[in-house]
Amino acid sequence: MTCYFVIVGHNDNPVFEMDVPKAAEGSKTEDRRHLTQFVAHAALDLVDEAKWQHGNLFLKTVDRYNDLTVTGFVTASQMRFILVSDSSRNTNENLRSFFLEVYELFIKALLNPFYTPNTPISSANFKKKVQQAAKKYL
Amino acid sequence: RFFFFFEMARQQHSRVQQDLRKVSGELFSLTYGALVAQLVRDYESDEEINRQLDKMGYNIGIRLVEDFLARNVGLGRCYDFKSTAEVLAKNGFKTFLGVVPTIANWDQKQEEFSLVLEQNPLTDFVELPEDHPELLYSNIICGVIRGALEMVQLDVKVWFLQDSLKGDETTEIRVKFIRKLEDAVPAGED
Repeated sequence: MTCYFVIVGHNDNPVFEMDVPKAAEGSKTEDRRHLTQFVAHAALDLVDEAKWQHGNLFLKTVDRYNDLTVTGFVTASQMRFILVSDSSRNTNENLRSFFLEVYELFIKALLNPFYTPNTPISSANFKKKVQQAAKKYL
Repeated sequence: RFFFFFEMARQQHSRVQQDLRKVSGELFSLTYGALVAQLVRDYESDEEINRQLDKMGYNIGIRLVEDFLARNVGLGRCYDFKSTAEVLAKNGFKTFLGVVPTIANWDQKQEEFSLVLEQNPLTDFVELPEDHPELLYSNIICGVIRGALEMVQLDVKVWFLQDSLKGDETTEIRVKFIRKLEDAVPAGED
C-alpha cells in the first residue's frame, strides 16, 4: 500500500512531500512516484472547486485515477493537503484524523519564527512526526 | 519596544484570569521570535547577533530592576550573593517569565552559580535553523540579569552553559560575581 502526501502552497508549490511506501522496489517506485505526483497535481483544480462547496476543512475523496484515490483537506489559510493512496482500506474517519493531526503539526511548524510561510518545510522533527501520524492512521 | 511587551504581559498577570495570561504568553514568545528572526536577517555572524541580544537585555535589565523592586516591596537588602541568587530565581524570574529556575552548582568560593531552566517560555515552538549553529536564542536573558544586577551595585558575568534548543538536556545559565561596584564621584566634581 503506497501513499503519497503533499502539502501545496499558494503558488501550487509543494511545501512538504512524503511517501509512505510498503517496500522499496527500485525503478518501479521511481515511475510510481512520477505518477502519484502527476495525479496529485491534476487533482489541485478539483480540490479548489470542492473547497467552495461546503464549509468543511476535510474534503473527502476528490478524484480517482485507475486505482488511486485522491483525498483533500484545506486549511484556514488555503494551504492544501493532498493524499494519493492506492488502497481503499482507509476509512474517511482515519483520513480525517490523519489530516487533523498533520494540521496541528503544521501549525506548530508555522509558529517557528525562523520559518517563512509558503516555503518548503525542512524540519526533520516535522517529517518524523508526520511519518508517525501516517503509521498510526494509514 | 521590547520592554513594552514585558509590561503588557505583567499587566495581564495582575488581572487574575488564567486564560488571558496564556494568550499573552504566546504573543510574548512570538514577538521575541520575530525579533530574533529579524536580527538573524540583519546581521551576518552569530557572534554579532548574540552580542546584540545581550546589549538589548542589558538595556531592559537596568530599567526592569526598578520595576521589580517597586512590585516586590517586602524584599529587603540581600546580604550575600547566595540570597541574591535566590531572589533572582524565585522572585525575578517568576515575576517576569513565569518560571522558577533551580539554583545549582555553586562553586567553592560561593561566587558562581547556575540557573537551570526546565522550560523556557521564550522558546515555545522554536527550532534553530541549520545555518546558525552558534546562535544563543535566549541570550537576552543574560543581558537582563547583568543589567539588573549592575543597578544594585553588583558586577557579574552571565553566560549560557547549556541550551536545550541546541540539543542539550536543559538550559543552564551561569552567573559569576566579579566585584561590588562602588558609586564613583564623576570626574570633575570635587
